[in-house]
Amino acid sequence: MSVEITSPAFKQNVAHALDDVNLQTALAKVGPGFISRRLGAADKMPEFEALRDSARDIKNHTLAHLDLYMERFEAKVKEMGGHVHFAVDAAEARDIVTDICRRLGAKTVTKGKTMISEEIGLNDHLAARGIEPVETDLGEYLIQIRGEAPSHIIAPAIHLTKDQVEADFRRVHADLPPERDLSEPTSLLAEARGKLRQRFLAADVGVTGANFLVAETGTSIIVTNEGNGDLTQTLPKAHVVLASIEKLVPTLEDVSQLLRVLARSATGQEMSVYTTFSTGPRRAGDADGPGEYHVVILDNGRSGMLAGQLREMLRCIRCGACMNHCPVYHAIGGHAYGWVYPGPMGAVLTPSLIGIEKGANLPNASTFCGRCEEVCPVRIPLPKLMRHWREKEFERHLTPAPQRYGLGVWGFFARRGWLYRPATRLAMGALALLGRTRGRFSSLPLAGGWTKYRDFPAPEGDTFQAQWRKRKERETLARAEAAAARGDAA
Amino acid sequence: MHPASPTETDAGKTPRVGLFCTCLVDTLRPSVGFAAAKLLEEAGCEVDVPRQTCCGQPAFNSGDRATSRALAEQVIVAFEGYDYVVAPSGSCAGMIKAHYPELFVGDPDWMGRVDRFCAKVFELVSFLVDVRGVARVAAAYEGTVTYHDSCSGLRELGVKRQPRALLATVDGLSLVEMGEADTCCGFGGTFCVKYPQVSDAIVGKKADHIDATGAGTLLAGDLGCLMNMAGKLQRRGSPVRARHVAEVLAGMGDGPAIGEPAPSGKA
Repeated sequence: MSVEITSPAFKQNVAHALDDVNLQTALAKVGPGFISRRLGAADKMPEFEALRDSARDIKNHTLAHLDLYMERFEAKVKEMGGHVHFAVDAAEARDIVTDICRRLGAKTVTKGKTMISEEIGLNDHLAARGIEPVETDLGEYLIQIRGEAPSHIIAPAIHLTKDQVEADFRRVHADLPPERDLSEPTSLLAEARGKLRQRFLAADVGVTGANFLVAETGTSIIVTNEGNGDLTQTLPKAHVVLASIEKLVPTLEDVSQLLRVLARSATGQEMSVYTTFSTGPRRAGDADGPGEYHVVILDNGRSGMLAGQLREMLRCIRCGACMNHCPVYHAIGGHAYGWVYPGPMGAVLTPSLIGIEKGANLPNASTFCGRCEEVCPVRIPLPKLMRHWREKEFERHLTPAPQRYGLGVWGFFARRGWLYRPATRLAMGALALLGRTRGRFSSLPLAGGWTKYRDFPAPEGDTFQAQWRKRKERETLARAEAAAARGDAA
Repeated sequence: MHPASPTETDAGKTPRVGLFCTCLVDTLRPSVGFAAAKLLEEAGCEVDVPRQTCCGQPAFNSGDRATSRALAEQVIVAFEGYDYVVAPSGSCAGMIKAHYPELFVGDPDWMGRVDRFCAKVFELVSFLVDVRGVARVAAAYEGTVTYHDSCSGLRELGVKRQPRALLATVDGLSLVEMGEADTCCGFGGTFCVKYPQVSDAIVGKKADHIDATGAGTLLAGDLGCLMNMAGKLQRRGSPVRARHVAEVLAGMGDGPAIGEPAPSGKA
């Protein structure tokens, strides 16, 4: 709901997340479900890998000519009777939306799922101005009534258990009869639908995100599984689309390729249930549609990425596959990352948008297992981009002092083999002696991070290199002796 | 003059292999180095161990490019005279093969040399199977084992089927797959000490999967991951013993497992 940044407190967030029983119960289902569904969808499609290449190329091409496609998009939207607004930062974007709402005398705003709304903190901003935002995506609705932020970019309430949702409905929906059975997901859905139906009809403005903006037609596209987006954008007086600059693609043909990798990567579906194309406001003779159509295109630091080494991140199509496959995300969930975008894509994007000082932990909190890159539909080299941030931190001396110092000492020795080899022999000899009875250590000075949770094996004894040389010397000696013996015999 | 390319050396003569033993094997578990040397010799290679320190991965992944570049140069100078460079680790071999070129981008004095060097760097087990054509090993190991796919070897070098193919030829050994064998164990190099709680949560799940197999032995191709998993299993009191896959393939799986004392109590 807000743009409060807790990323600097990442380690405390992690501690809370690991102790949160409900969260851990919910997270246990995340990995296996998403992973097997994506794999199933990819396996059924022989050309899936080729499509990923194509998706990457489409996005690369668009980014290389973003200015041209942006102009084309703007011209087409205008031609179709809509409006395009460019927002440099979050404050500008919020003001643009607020102005539209005020001009239309809006009292309530329905909202389809939009991460840009989270990025700019739109809900709090509207609420403070007497305009009530109503989230209509089920997951977003759940976290709105809880006063929480999304913990996943496509499954915002994935951190909740069914029991928590039932309890929240009973707390918030005053007219809900206590005897009503809410034990099944479908009954929870029906309850939410019933509540939201009235809100759709009463809304003055509908705000949605966009999965794609199509330059050739001036179309914005959303994919959903609930159909809430359609009601959000067709019923009110105005439809406001919130999108960031990298949502642009040249043609509908390009979109059809990207859609084929999007749903498969995200949820393992061939297509999402609803794919909705919006081009301009209602025309004379249209059965329905909004009276006004606005697209707010947010930069918020992205054009800086376009020119730098993080450009590849702008290919992201927000499928969530990286977090669905991330062992760190599986362990701690999305809120621990402390801002809007969690998981590997957040670890790269967040420092770009809020600054590396505040986001310093995020690119470090990765094992670099590479699974995110392995599944990314547009082949973003996420570990490499996280490493880029680590390099920036190192250059700017933001790396924590103990780590920097430890690395410095190790580097000093590693660069001087003549010191490294005797030093490691000495150290390993001593450790081996200390650990010879048990074969391992339960605690070790300077290695508390390791031994708090696991044992550390004692070294076998002398180093491999030293033992190898001794063995080679013995072999050389033996050969010389054998040769000498043969010489004697001759 | 540059050393002969792998294809030239394949034509019959004994290839000279520089064994990159890795810091962890060098310091903590030299028996893995000897197992690797034995497997390479059995595969018809002449093995040498030039003086070495580290591939530079800890510096690289900590953002210290200057140190990683210096160590990369050191490794290249020490090893480029060999026909092949082989490491009993997908992580270190992957660092060299997949990432060294990034450290020399834009440096014409080095780029070609680095590319030629990286072309002959391999992880041990995939080298045996893919390059040397080893189809079976002469080793015995009684019991059920489970195998963890270490991330770098799996995703940077495609190490997955090779260790399983060779393990299938070990007398007395049966392999039972664990759930999520290709999910990270939570080691992550410096990650495990930078974020110990997260690392612990990840290795805890891994240990659950290992224990659930009922296997007596855990095998993997990287000592870092093995130490992480073995340390967690031991801390929990699990009876599963952990070894580097090379030890078993070389028929040297009868010594103390990782974190176990030598029988005589002698170091």
